[in-house]
Amino acid sequence: MAFMPFIAAGDPDLPTTARLLKELAASGADLIEVGFPYSDPIADGPVIQASYTRALAKHVKLKEIFVTITSVSREIQSPLVGMVSYAIIFRHGIDAFVQEAKAAGFAGLIVPDLPGDEASGFAALMAKHELDLIQLVAPTTPPDRAAKILKHATGFVYCIAVAGTTGVRKELAPQLAEMLKSLRTQTALPLAVGFGISAPDQIHHLKGKADGVIVGSAIVKLLENLASDPSKTDAVLRDIGSFAKTLADAAHT
Amino acid sequence: MSVALPDTPFSGHATSRVPDAEGRFGEFGRRFVPETLMHALEELTVEYAKAKADPSFQKQLDGLLHTFVGRPNPLYFAERLTHECGGAQIYFKREDLNHTGAHKINNTIGQTLLTLRMGKKRVIAETGAGQHGVATATACARFGLPCVVYMGEEDIRRQKLNVFIMRTMGAEVRPVTSGSRTLRDAINEAMRDWMASVEDTHYILGSVVGPHPFPMIVRDFQSVIGKEARAQCLEATGRLPDEVVACVGGGSNSAGMFYPFVDDTTVELTGVEAGGRGPKAGDHASTLTFGNKGILHGTYSYVLQDEDGQTADVHSISAGLDYPGVGPEHAYWKDTGRVRYVNIGDMRALHTVEHVARTEGILPALESSHAIAYALERAKQRKPSDIIVVCLSGRGDKDVNEVARLTGQEL
Repeated sequence: MAFMPFIAAGDPDLPTTARLLKELAASGADLIEVGFPYSDPIADGPVIQASYTRALAKHVKLKEIFVTITSVSREIQSPLVGMVSYAIIFRHGIDAFVQEAKAAGFAGLIVPDLPGDEASGFAALMAKHELDLIQLVAPTTPPDRAAKILKHATGFVYCIAVAGTTGVRKELAPQLAEMLKSLRTQTALPLAVGFGISAPDQIHHLKGKADGVIVGSAIVKLLENLASDPSKTDAVLRDIGSFAKTLADAAHT
Repeated sequence: MSVALPDTPFSGHATSRVPDAEGRFGEFGRRFVPETLMHALEELTVEYAKAKADPSFQKQLDGLLHTFVGRPNPLYFAERLTHECGGAQIYFKREDLNHTGAHKINNTIGQTLLTLRMGKKRVIAETGAGQHGVATATACARFGLPCVVYMGEEDIRRQKLNVFIMRTMGAEVRPVTSGSRTLRDAINEAMRDWMASVEDTHYILGSVVGPHPFPMIVRDFQSVIGKEARAQCLEATGRLPDEVVACVGGGSNSAGMFYPFVDDTTVELTGVEAGGRGPKAGDHASTLTFGNKGILHGTYSYVLQDEDGQTADVHSISAGLDYPGVGPEHAYWKDTGRVRYVNIGDMRALHTVEHVARTEGILPALESSHAIAYALERAKQRKPSDIIVVCLSGRGDKDVNEVARLTGQEL
C-alpha cells in the first residue's frame, strides 16, 4: 500500500518545506501532497488551517512555491501532487497555473473545491499537459454521482474516509469499507484513503481494501512547534521523518 | 464628500429567468465546494423546487410572514427629506418594521420551513453583525429546532446585544477564532460544521452567496420586499418608480428588492456598496466596484482578493456590509449593466443615520444608511415628478453603541 503524506508549503518557511519534502521522501513516502496555503480552506480542519495561516502570515507567494518545488522535484523520487483551491488557480489564470505546475515538476493536482460536475474543462486542460487531476469521492457521494466523477479521474481516486473536514480521528466511518468495495467495481484506478488517518493500526485496518493512505494533520501538527521556536527545526524534521517512517512501514509491510 | 454618480444613461439587458439548472447567472454562480457537500446541495435543489411548486408551502410561508413577521410592511413617503432635497420623491420600503428589525427574517422563515420539509433536525447559521443570527434563532425557536450560530469572536465583542438575544431565543452562539474572526470566517466554520453534519442538519445561509442553490433560494425568499414595494408604488403613485436603491454587502436585501424589477426596463436599479475609509485595499468593502472575478465560499462572482487569490481584508463602519464577496446574481447584473453599483463611505453613512432620525423620525441601520445617503444625493439631480424607492433594510437600534462611540457621545 502506498503512503502519501501531506504538508503545507511555506510552514514555517519555504526552505524548511524543501528540507521536509526530502525528509519525507527519504522516509518512504510514495507520493507527497503539497498544500498551497489558502485564506479560506473550507474542507480543512483546524490543524491544516492553522498551518496555512502560519504560512500566509509570512506572506508566502505562489511564485515562490513554484520555485521551491522546481528545485526539490528534481532531487527526489516521490511524485509531488499539489493540493490547491480553485480560487487560487482561477485568480492566477487557469492555463498559466497548469503550465507552471507542470514546469515545476508536479505530477498532478487535487482541487478540493472543484467537484466532478465542474471539472470537465479543467480535466481536459490537465490531460493536455499530462498532469493527473485527482478526484475526490465522499461518504455522502451516491453511486451514480461517483460514476460521473470517475469519468474525469486520473492518477488515483481520493476516498474521503469521513464526512467532515481534514483532521485526526480515532475511528473511521463504518461505511468506508462498503464505499471502497463499491468504487473498486467502478474504476481500475488505485484507491487512496484520506481524512482522519493518523496511526499505523488504521493503516493496517485498510490493508486489502485500499491501495494508499493519505496522512496530513498528524504530520502537520508536528510543525506547530516550529512556529514559536525556529531553533528546533532539525529536531522537528527528525521527528517527522521517524513518524513518517513508522507510517510508511505500516503501509509497505 | 461627493458621491460617485453615473453620467452614462442606463442600458442593461438582463433576464429574471436565472439561474439555470447548474446555478449559473450568466457566467457566475455554480458550485465550488468539497464533494462531501455536493449531495446535500443537489437534494436541497430538488426539495426547494418541490416546495416552490407546492401551494400549501407558499400558503404556510405567506401566513407566517403576515402574522409572525408583520408583512406587508409599508412603503413610506419620506416627505420632509423629499422637500429638503428639492428633487425626486423619496420613498422608504420599511423592512426595519419587520419582527427582529430587519429583512433577514424573510429568508430564515422560508428556510426553516424547508428544513422541516426535508426532515432535518438541526439548523446551523453564520452571522456577522448578528441580524441573520437573530433571525435564524427566532425562526428556530418558533419551530422548536436546535440552532447553532457561528459568529466571529471580533463580531461577538462588537454586537453583544444580538448575542444576548440569540442565546435568549435558545440558540448556541459558537465563537469563531480563526482568520479575521468576522463574517467570512463564520461562513467557513459553518461550512465545516455542515461537512460533518450534513445528513441531519440544514445550513441556513443568510445572504445570496455560497454555492447553488443558496443564491437563488435566498433571493426568492427576499423577493417579497420588491414584490410588495412594486405593488405599493403602483397603488400609491399610479406608476413604477424611476429608480430603486438598496445597499449591497453579500447582497440579500438588494437582490430581494431588485429582482421583481429586473424585467421592468424603465426602472433604474442602483446598489450601494460600503466605501469605508476610501478606495485603498483593505479600507472598504466595495467588491463590485474594486474587486475582480473570482471564487469565494463556493460561488463564482466578484471578490476582493490579492493577486494570489487570497481573500483580502475589508473594512466598513457597518458590520452587515463588511464582506469581501458578493452574490453571483449581482455580478451578473453588474456585467450586463442592469444594476449600477456605487459606493458610500463610512462618515457619510454615519451622518445619514442622525439626519434621517431627525428629519423623518426613523432610526435606520448603518447598512441602510448607505443606500439612503446615495438616494438623497441622487434625488437632488432628479425632477420632482421622479420617484426613488429605497430599501430601508433594518433599524438602527443595534448600531447605537457604535454610532455613539464614533460621534463622541456617551450612552
